[in-house]
Amino acid sequence: MENLHLEGSAKTPSIHFDAATGKLELKGRSIPENSVEFYKPLNDWIDAYGKDPIAETSVDVKLEYFNTSSSKCILDLFKKLEAISGSKTKVVVNWFFEEDDEDMEEAGQDYQAIISLPFNIIEVEEI
Amino acid sequence: MIKNDIYELYQTMERENILLSFKGVVTSDLLSSVLSIMESKMDYMDESPKLKKKVFNVLVECLQNLYHHIDSNEEQDRNFTKIEVKSALFMIAKKDDHFVIRTGNYIDNESAIDLEKRLDTINGMDKDELKKYYQDVLSNGTLSDKGTAGLGMIDIARKSGNKLEYQFLPINDTNSFFCLNIKID
Repeated sequence: MENLHLEGSAKTPSIHFDAATGKLELKGRSIPENSVEFYKPLNDWIDAYGKDPIAETSVDVKLEYFNTSSSKCILDLFKKLEAISGSKTKVVVNWFFEEDDEDMEEAGQDYQAIISLPFNIIEVEEI
Repeated sequence: MIKNDIYELYQTMERENILLSFKGVVTSDLLSSVLSIMESKMDYMDESPKLKKKVFNVLVECLQNLYHHIDSNEEQDRNFTKIEVKSALFMIAKKDDHFVIRTGNYIDNESAIDLEKRLDTINGMDKDELKKYYQDVLSNGTLSDKGTAGLGMIDIARKSGNKLEYQFLPINDTNSFFCLNIKID
């Protein structure tokens, strides 16, 4: 299947979803006024990937900022990944946050509390 | 005299240390410009990256609240012109060791009652309760057609670390003016 690559913008993150390696990355900022439109193709891609995934899927979330409109869409994206995780693929989420950015660390913990996927919350110097 | 008015306004803004203020219709393009201006302004400030991020985050939520609210005010009563109702005020100030974001907008009285209840609920919670409340709304709520999640005020309270100061000024039978004051430190 085709990979999904989107350039980042002032209000949306860059997206690199690679079906052959099972590596999915969201990076940058996600602050559009209405996030639904932006996240729709991402969810569609995961639906298609979920039909024939590779054995290990990793999701790297490297966000600098995200708004509350995106927070719901990110949750829905994790729910999709939760649904495809099972016998065909094992999904792991790597949630990155910058040094001292407690808010982003807590945001990772919020999702960890709701979603039953293995979550690694990782501190880095710079995203 | 017009000249004196301008000087007074200038002095007030100087005294309050206002970094940016705007009154008018809040559009998506305006938000992009304001956020970009504030980011470059803060780049030059000595504040910690942590505080700058908080300010940026809270600003995004405050401005998007105004943007979505104004949108829902589309059909309005005859007491106001369309421009008045779609118009809002916001300002960002730096005082000593903290930032202040202030917003003002018209709101119909019915929505004001709901909003006041929500703000009181949020203000009655401590840090852990807010975290729990946020997670509840996040996992059980749904997005509106406009893409709002009902999480904005909770998020503002969590990130600012302070109570949300607010006031509803009665304007007429149907409308009030909603003032919000957020301290971020």
